[in-house]
Amino acid sequence: MPKVTIDGHTIEVPDGTTILQAARMIMDKGEGNGENIAPPTMCYYSKLKTSGGYCRTCIVKVSKGSEKDPRPMPKPVASCRTNVMDGMEVQNITSPELLEARKGVVEFLLINHPLDCPICDQAGECHLQDLGYEHGLAKTRYDFKRRTFNLIDIGPYIKLHMTRCIMCFRCIKVADQITNHRYQGMLFRGDASEISTYIEKAIDNDFSGNVIDVCPVGALTDRTFRFKSRVWFTKPMDAHRNCTKCSGKVALWLKDNEVLRVTSRKDKWGEAEEWICNECRFEKKDIKDWVIEGPRHIDRHSVISANHYESLAQLKLDIGKQQKQLNGKS
Amino acid sequence: MQALTNRSKVVAKKEMTFIEKLYLPAIFSGMIITFKHFFRRKPTIKYPEQIRPFSGVYRGQHVLKRDEIGAERCTACGLCAVACPAEAITMTSAERKPGEEGLYREEKYAATYEINMLRCIFCGDCEDACPKEAIFLTDRKVDSLYTRKEFVYGKNILVESKENPISLVKRQTPQVKEFKHHVEFAHNQTYDKQKKVKNSSH
Repeated sequence: MPKVTIDGHTIEVPDGTTILQAARMIMDKGEGNGENIAPPTMCYYSKLKTSGGYCRTCIVKVSKGSEKDPRPMPKPVASCRTNVMDGMEVQNITSPELLEARKGVVEFLLINHPLDCPICDQAGECHLQDLGYEHGLAKTRYDFKRRTFNLIDIGPYIKLHMTRCIMCFRCIKVADQITNHRYQGMLFRGDASEISTYIEKAIDNDFSGNVIDVCPVGALTDRTFRFKSRVWFTKPMDAHRNCTKCSGKVALWLKDNEVLRVTSRKDKWGEAEEWICNECRFEKKDIKDWVIEGPRHIDRHSVISANHYESLAQLKLDIGKQQKQLNGKS
Repeated sequence: MQALTNRSKVVAKKEMTFIEKLYLPAIFSGMIITFKHFFRRKPTIKYPEQIRPFSGVYRGQHVLKRDEIGAERCTACGLCAVACPAEAITMTSAERKPGEEGLYREEKYAATYEINMLRCIFCGDCEDACPKEAIFLTDRKVDSLYTRKEFVYGKNILVESKENPISLVKRQTPQVKEFKHHVEFAHNQTYDKQKKVKNSSH
C-alpha cells in the first residue's frame, strides 16, 4: 500500500492508483481544507477505461519521486496516467509554476475553440468554461483564423459541432465500451484531426446518447434540446421511471412543467453516475412519464444555482409529506 | 406631577396688543412675501413643450441594436435575463434558417424578447452583461400607457428599425468605444471575421 502526499495531505492508496484518483480520494474523505486539490480533467473519465492522457489539464508536479528514488520528476506529469509510488510527494495547487503551466495548457485547448458560448447549449455546465474561468487567461493571444466545420447531424438526436471539439476522445470511448458497435472515430492527424462518422452514418445504438453527457464541451449536443432554453433557466430535478434498458435514474431539466431535457445524473466530478438509454433521454419528454424525487443539488458556484430554490422546494415536499401523515392519522 | 425633563414651557395666554388687534400690518407683511415671488425665476418648466436636458448617461427605454448590415445582434444568450435584478426580461430562442443571414447575426436568435417595463428598474445591468453589444439603454423615456399589458415591450418596440437607427452617441463616448475595442474584447470581432470565411479548408 503506497503512501502519497498531495499538497500536504497524505493518503494510503491501493497499488496501481493514479495520482488523480488519489487526489480525488483525499477530496472524497473531506480533506483539502476547503480547497479543491483534485486536478481538473477534460479527457479523463473514471467510468471509461483507457480514457485520459490527451488533454494535459491534469498535470501535476512530482517534487519527490518515491521513497527509494527521491529525485523529482523532470517535468509536470499527467496525473490521470501516472501511478503513485510509495513516499511520492505531489504538488498541485501549491506550486505556482504548475498553475502557470496549466494556464498554458488551457490556452492551447482554447486555440481553436470558437468561444461562441452565447449560442452554445453547453454554456453554464461546460467544463471548458469552468477551466478557462479558473485557470485560463482573460484574453486570447491567438491572431490566426480558427478552424471551422459544418454542423453534422449524427442521427436524429445528436448534433456534432466539430468546431467546438477539444479532442478528448471520451465519446469514442463511450461508443467503444458502452455500445456494441462504433461508427464514429478520429479522422486525420494533428491539427487537422476531427471526430466524424464516415458518410455521416447514424448511430442508432440504445446508449449512444451518452456521448452528449461525456462531452466536456458543447461539441455533442442534444438535438431535442437545441436552443430550447439556457441551462440556468431550467430547473434540475431528480426523477426515475421503470426502464427495461437502463436504471431509469435521470436528471430532468424542467421549465414549468415541461421536460426540456433529460440527462444522466452527474456526480461531483461532472461524470455520469449511471448511463441512461436513448428512450429515457430523448423520447420521454412528458412529465407524466417520470416519478419526481426532488430538486437536484446544484453547487452554489454554478450559474444554474441562480433562482434554483433547492431548500424551498425541499420544504414544500416536507410539508406535503407531513400533511399527508396528518391526514392519514385523523 | 413632576416633569421628566425641564424642557417644558409654561404657555401663558396673553392679551393681544392694539397693533396686533388691527391685523392689517400682519396682512401686509404676508402679502409682501407673496409679491416677492412674482419676480423670482420659476423653478418649474412647461413640461411637454419644454424638456430638460438629459445627462449623457441617462438610462431610459431599451433598444436592441442591429449590426452594420442590419442583422439583429441579439443571440438570445440569456445573460441579460440572468443579470436582471428585477427579472424583467424573458426570451425564447430559435435557430436561424439558411437564407436568413441578413436578418440575424448568429445562428441562434431571439424569437421573442420581452421586457416588462413596470418591473424594470433601469439599472443597466443587461447592457453590461450583453456579450454581443445588442442591448442598450437610451435617453428615450418609456411612454405612459393605459394598461399593464402594454408595458410588456416585445421585439416590435425594442428592436430598432433599419431606417431609423437609434443613436447611441451619447452613451458610446470615445472613451467607452476605445475600451470596448480593447484586445480583451477582440474575440467578438474575430468571431465575426471567422463567420465570413465559413467552411474553409475542411
